[in-house]
Amino acid sequence: MDGGGLRLNMNGLDYLILALYFVTVLGVGFAARRAIRTSVDFFLSGRSLPAWVTGLAFVSANLGALEIIGMAANGAQYGVMTVHYYWIGAVPAMVFLGIVMMPFYYGSKVRSVPEYLRLRFNRPTHLLNALSFAVAQVLIAGVNLYALALVMQALLGWPLWTAIVVGAAIVLAYITIGGLSGAIYNEVLQFFVILAGLIPVTVIGLVKVGGVSGLMDAVRDSKLGEAGLHAWQDTASTDNPLGAQWIGIVFGLGFVLSFGYWTTNFAEVQRALSAKNMSAARRTPIIAAYPKLFIPLVTIIPGLVALVTVKGLGADKGDLQYNNAIPLLMRDLLPNGVLGVAVTGLLASFMAGMAANVSGFNTVFTYDIWQAYVRRGRSDEYYLRIGRWATVAAVVIGIGTAFIASGFSNIMNYIQALFSLFNAPLFATFIIGMFWKRMSALAGFWSLLLGTLASLATYLLYKGGVIGFNSDLEESFWGAGIAFVTVAVVAAILTPLTAPKRDEELRGLVYGLGGVDLKGDVLAGDAVWYRSPVLLGVIAVALAALFYIPVF
Amino acid sequence: MSNDGQPAQDPLIDETQAEERRSAAARLFDIRRVIGGLFVAYGIIVTLIGIFDSRAEIDKAEGVRINLWAGLVMLAFGLLMLLWQWVRPAEAPNPNEQQPDS
Repeated sequence: MDGGGLRLNMNGLDYLILALYFVTVLGVGFAARRAIRTSVDFFLSGRSLPAWVTGLAFVSANLGALEIIGMAANGAQYGVMTVHYYWIGAVPAMVFLGIVMMPFYYGSKVRSVPEYLRLRFNRPTHLLNALSFAVAQVLIAGVNLYALALVMQALLGWPLWTAIVVGAAIVLAYITIGGLSGAIYNEVLQFFVILAGLIPVTVIGLVKVGGVSGLMDAVRDSKLGEAGLHAWQDTASTDNPLGAQWIGIVFGLGFVLSFGYWTTNFAEVQRALSAKNMSAARRTPIIAAYPKLFIPLVTIIPGLVALVTVKGLGADKGDLQYNNAIPLLMRDLLPNGVLGVAVTGLLASFMAGMAANVSGFNTVFTYDIWQAYVRRGRSDEYYLRIGRWATVAAVVIGIGTAFIASGFSNIMNYIQALFSLFNAPLFATFIIGMFWKRMSALAGFWSLLLGTLASLATYLLYKGGVIGFNSDLEESFWGAGIAFVTVAVVAAILTPLTAPKRDEELRGLVYGLGGVDLKGDVLAGDAVWYRSPVLLGVIAVALAALFYIPVF
Repeated sequence: MSNDGQPAQDPLIDETQAEERRSAAARLFDIRRVIGGLFVAYGIIVTLIGIFDSRAEIDKAEGVRINLWAGLVMLAFGLLMLLWQWVRPAEAPNPNEQQPDS
């Protein structure tokens, strides 16, 4: 393995900072235990959390392994165009989730995203989604764990298996004991620690290259050139660093892929379902959108700094891969002290990602698989116990999948691509089902199944070399688009041929039937204008548009 | 089509909802205390390191006394979190049991 060249010069004080963090994380898990008596306490934090907590957990759950390291790598590789992942990708989708979809999720009191499908369509649709979600989560948890272990190995020199087991044991402890509250509280803490780690790297990196203007000049002279500083200017053709046209960016990335990820991924939505009332649930993804607007500053800028200061960055293997942009800067720029904070922040981000997968998994496994299909009608204590065992199982399987992942050099990319394909048909099924009340249960099942198969087939044909695309990214845009169209066509053909669901079964689940109460549970203070989800959402989207101006 | 009424009912969800009165979620502590505490500790440690930084360490960070600055910022942030919690303690989370405060 490589790693010798990346080894950081950590001293005792750096390790003290790291140890302090691990102790705090475990302490939060133990302290959260007092607040768990029922399964809702364990899986949904008793639906009691304030919006700022669930909002920061929402953004933190996504700040996992592939996000921080990956977006800095993209920044070095594609330049400023990487901001599309944030400003047209994430933010509009998060606002849409809060304003349009959350009333149906939270208002119907469903306990998970698959459960919505059970109420809206039927049990086969539900089982299909619950199973694919559960499998995806343990696989991604394993990938996150493996990435965590790789970083610990490269930066700290820990053996791979020690790193995997230590990382897994900590996540296991605080979720099994503290449930979703333990996970969410730690995610909020992780959010701040991640920022405390990334901001010094960014600041010193900028000082090194002579500020923003110095960075821009240096990027012009790099292999990216002028194109590396513009988000839209060259998107009339595919002749730009990302290799994508504006229409692909807007519809492929901005609409289908991002909406699919942010609005139907239960590992994210679960954070909002744990909010204390409808207003807080709707504000959760919207509050998360504000930090999301600024995160490119601490991922893409370090990526660009690494590009212009680290000679030879962009190698296919070894220490100088794009993925090592942030670790390389930490090694070169940070003295002991902030170095400890930065390493802690990096490890925190990996644990945040894995914890989100594990807490999503245990809820879906218990409520949507075990309670719905295996053992019905047991006591609440019974399901609480199953949830704890499911957590243990998820982490143990995660360790297994981490070792599988370690056997393949590129499996992280494949798994990530594969499961992003599952999100597109799921989103299409959701959005059509939510706004077209006539869509029948049978149509829901076949739309989801055939849409998933269509995107999977596109992916496999591309990998097999039968059909060609310019890049993996272009394939994912097309795969998502094909899935969306397939779902729409299947729904349109099957619905008139099959029996509709009765209106009273759909109340609170679809648009136009009522049953959604936006105001019934408001607390004093939620009615003030600056807590209006719609206003906050509109401002977030407007800011995203404004931020594009300097990097057009 | 009526526009009032309750959302569609489901037995599994109703069972879970019925358990909510046993919920212990109200006993959850306030995370601001933990964030504040950890950042105050980090702030003190890193500021102290920053005060005693050698020339080599400052040069590594491009001449910025990053430990000192980062330490002070983290300390201030930690104290702000504690202050926020002290000024505006968490409202009791169960809306059924208490009337809105104002």
